Amino acid sequence: MISAAWLIPAFPLLGFLLILVFGRRLGDPKAGYLASTMIGAAFVVTVGVFFDLLSKTAEQREHIVKVWSWIPVNGLGYNLHVDLAFLVDPLSITMCLFVTGIGTLIHLYSIGYMHGDPRFSKFFLYLNLFALSMIVLVLGSNLLVTFLGWEGVGTCSYLLISFWHERESAATAGKKAFVTNRVGDWGFMMAMFFAFHATGSLNYHEIISAATSGKMSQSTATAIAMFLFVGACGKSAQLPLYIWLPDAMEGPTPVSALIHAATMVTAGVFLLVRMSPVLDIASHWGPTLIAYIGAATALFAATIAAAQNDIKKVLAYSTVSQLGYMFLAIGSGAYTAAIFHMVTHAFFKALLFLGSGSVIEGMHHEQDMRKMGALRKLMPVTAITFIIGWLAIAGVPPFAGFWSKDDILLAAWQTNKFLWAVGLFTALLTAYYMTRQVMMVFFGKARWHDAHEEHGAHGDFVPHESPKIMLLPLVALGGLAIVGGVINLPFSHNTEKLTTWLEPVIGRPFESTGPKIVLAVVAVVIGLIGIAGGVLVYNRHKAPAIEPEILARGWYYDWAVTRFMGGPGRESFEATAWFDANVIDGAVNGVATLVRATGGEVRKTESGRVRTYALGIGVGVVVLLGWFLVRGLM
Amino acid sequence: MNNFPILTALVLVPAAGALVVALMSKRHPDIVKLAGVGFSVVTGALSIWVLGKFHTGGDGSFQLVSQHSWIKQWGIGWHLGIDGISLFLVVLTGILFPIALLGSDSHHDIKPYTAWILLLEAGVMGSFLSLDLFLFFVFFEIVLVPMYFLIGGWGYDKRVYAALKFFIYTMLGSAFMLVGILTTVFLAKAQLGHITFDLVELQKASFAVSTGRWLFLAFAIAFAVKVPIFPFHTWLPDAHTQAPTAGSVLLAGVMLKLGTYGLLRFSFGLFPEATRYFRPLFLTLGVIGILYGAIVATMQKDLKRVVAYSSVAHMGFIVLGAFAFTGQAVSGSVLQMINHGVSTGALFLLVGMISERRHTREISQLKGLQSVAPIFAGVFTLVMLSSIGVPGLNGFVGEFMILIGTFLTARWWTVVAAAGVILAALYLLWAYQRVFHGQPDEANKTFSELKLKEALVLAPLLGIIVFTGVYPKPMLDRIQPAVNKLVQHVDYPQPQSPIAAAEGGQ
Repeated sequence: MISAAWLIPAFPLLGFLLILVFGRRLGDPKAGYLASTMIGAAFVVTVGVFFDLLSKTAEQREHIVKVWSWIPVNGLGYNLHVDLAFLVDPLSITMCLFVTGIGTLIHLYSIGYMHGDPRFSKFFLYLNLFALSMIVLVLGSNLLVTFLGWEGVGTCSYLLISFWHERESAATAGKKAFVTNRVGDWGFMMAMFFAFHATGSLNYHEIISAATSGKMSQSTATAIAMFLFVGACGKSAQLPLYIWLPDAMEGPTPVSALIHAATMVTAGVFLLVRMSPVLDIASHWGPTLIAYIGAATALFAATIAAAQNDIKKVLAYSTVSQLGYMFLAIGSGAYTAAIFHMVTHAFFKALLFLGSGSVIEGMHHEQDMRKMGALRKLMPVTAITFIIGWLAIAGVPPFAGFWSKDDILLAAWQTNKFLWAVGLFTALLTAYYMTRQVMMVFFGKARWHDAHEEHGAHGDFVPHESPKIMLLPLVALGGLAIVGGVINLPFSHNTEKLTTWLEPVIGRPFESTGPKIVLAVVAVVIGLIGIAGGVLVYNRHKAPAIEPEILARGWYYDWAVTRFMGGPGRESFEATAWFDANVIDGAVNGVATLVRATGGEVRKTESGRVRTYALGIGVGVVVLLGWFLVRGLM
Repeated sequence: MNNFPILTALVLVPAAGALVVALMSKRHPDIVKLAGVGFSVVTGALSIWVLGKFHTGGDGSFQLVSQHSWIKQWGIGWHLGIDGISLFLVVLTGILFPIALLGSDSHHDIKPYTAWILLLEAGVMGSFLSLDLFLFFVFFEIVLVPMYFLIGGWGYDKRVYAALKFFIYTMLGSAFMLVGILTTVFLAKAQLGHITFDLVELQKASFAVSTGRWLFLAFAIAFAVKVPIFPFHTWLPDAHTQAPTAGSVLLAGVMLKLGTYGLLRFSFGLFPEATRYFRPLFLTLGVIGILYGAIVATMQKDLKRVVAYSSVAHMGFIVLGAFAFTGQAVSGSVLQMINHGVSTGALFLLVGMISERRHTREISQLKGLQSVAPIFAGVFTLVMLSSIGVPGLNGFVGEFMILIGTFLTARWWTVVAAAGVILAALYLLWAYQRVFHGQPDEANKTFSELKLKEALVLAPLLGIIVFTGVYPKPMLDRIQPAVNKLVQHVDYPQPQSPIAAAEGGQ
């Protein structure tokens, strides 16, 4: 089964090609079923490969499946050999399982959500292309194949954010996502160059053995790790490059769930875990910086989320914040915890996004939470599953998020108490802003009666529950958000299944020594305080809401960046263009004018027309050639 | 057929075509066009045949050589040959000319138009194949004439100014080269004992250090204008913008490569010491070209000028890779010459189609085209992504090889140059957004979808874009031996791979 791993990307590729050719003929909803079948088939293959790996001993769980030789260039000193090859090991298969699994659910959901859209089949064309790229990203056996997927998902993200491209804001958001990500891509490329220079290879296997065998110097390892982190900051929306992700909500909601919550944005986390042995031998300041940036991003984004009124913007900032947790884990050396939280986050955040999509559909495309309220009665399935997602992200036991967040906080406690405190405070905020959202959307007074005219509804406007094909994925993800924690329960070595499973892949295993139970209790209490606060403010109205403008506007960071780009940035570009047109080209034309002026006297003897000169040269050359030809023949 | 002088035929078929077309009656434009296309298709087929006959592997020396002494007393010979550096340029020329003829419309005077294009093809082929300095110079100069008439006769409003600027500027560069060639030949005579213009013979001569450097500069100026290398680039946007579509396609697609090809073949080949000496200068100019071209491209208001300045940036990458002197970087440069020809050629075709439909290339006049012509927009997107350098498409392979190879010998230049990939995304996506996204206004609502004929013209280019992106190996296998031979000739100290050192290579 392992050697059939190439089938995992092959199915979505086939889906992409079929929809490319027959998409319009298939139409709504057949194109959606085709795309879902393809990603579903990829999931089935992944499960098969997973069980095959499971049946082998831990040492035998690394396999390389080569498809073809991609970029082979022999030089005189260095030989570059990049194969299009896949690395099948516990980490890549873990990633594949949740990418294809959640991907299948979101494909199905999209059949309902995108129903009636004039570009229905194109949506699934992009979705299958995205699935293909994401699989290539996680399965790549070398940095360049990962980069192929990395740029592929970025391109699909661009295409899908600006899917409704008639809308100016969607088009701008797509471009912003692509360009910002390119800043990160620059870092990724630099990391590849350093790795190639140091090891003569781009294969994970060679780079990691150079790191573990001590052949790689500390400074090289630090350079590789930090440049990869620059790449990760772009893709995984960390400070200072996060600005594209909130805007990416312009895309259709299933895209937000799949790409901008569950899968693509976790690519940076995956990449650093994949290269964790290199991180381990890097200078101490490197991982410390990663931990600080992660914690800072987590806190920063959580404060912003607490003041957003757009149902999707709350979730977008929440995603940035949760990704910050994962980087905090990586910086603390707890790689398994990062992957664990990535998986549980994929469950509950995809659930929350799809739930918000269901709400938006039911509310006739309203996204402002101030115009919602009391929806739990009208949308019972959406409400119940959304509440499950809420409890999971708030860290309430035994829901999935509790276990993984706890692992991260434990790791932070051991490495840096200050960062632990930041993480804990962020947990409080998380519980608070998610409670705020749930209360505003599903509880309290119905505030949508007054707004029905805006929705263009005739007569009484009543929000409605979504069709079954959208509810089914919600229920499935709801189940996963409840029980997802079982993959890594901290009770004994036997229940820490994910840790054991990933052990051969990641660098140093993380030894937990902290007061586990005390910390867990503290975290739960903090979470409950956050929930209580949210209920108090947004349901009981016992306390005023704290939503200052500065938080609603995201600390004015995005505003400042936009101002700079539109102001001095643009002006310097304008100045360069002016310089080119006037100084450089001006010099060229100036010389020409000068020559013409001094040549004024001579000009009388010449026609002054280049046309004539050119013809003269042409004729001259022909005559000359003819003469030489004749002489040569003689 | 083994002794068929196929390289000679590559030059003579289009030349004969030009002559035949020139002698035809202009009363039957259809037949004129058919004849033109016919001659260029035959040339294209010949170039594919060359590709098939080309022997992969080996030591990278010239193949299919056709050598006849011509003017004995001056040592001038009809010496043609092909290696991995010129092979795909020849094939690109063979493919791009019929596409340019089919994919654009002369609107008037089709007879001279077709004849000039065929003469241009003969000149370009001759330049890529010549191994004799005199012969090369003649072809290199011939190329100017038809392009001058194409811009001046079939271009847009400011065509006369643009054609004149193009002609004088490149002519001036060539004057330096002519002096360089003659000096080289006469100085070499003292060492070789006889006068010769033959490149292979001249490479055996060695020059005094300062003489070699002066001669290198004389050649390099001609090529730098042609590439163009910053700051000699300002003729390019004017020529591109004013040229008819076919002119722009061929100018960007093959003519600019005469510059980078010339550098590799003649400057590197004849003056290795000077090439090493001037390396920092050219690396720096390459990096400046990458960033500067991209920044200026961002601010252009005319879609064609955006593409023109993007050429300055792309050619900067090629110059950077060439002067990095590693197998990866120089192979990347050679490959990128082809990639740039294909992608930018396709972009100019597409911009030409927009201009045919809307009679404007002003970005501010265009809007929302994706809504009314989704397939056209899809094709444009694919070509744009190739030009941006998205992996899986051709542009990335070359760019990546250039950067990773340059990093080995010129780390800090690479760090700055790689930032060019950010800017490439910026200027193309911004232009794309303004032209294709948004709601189309009245003037753009009637923009018609890609026609079958247009799709067929573009199809080979799109195929090459995807194929090179996913499977460049066949091309790399053919390029490498010649490149490694050249790198060895330049004799720059090569960094050694730590793994190769430990495990004795693989």
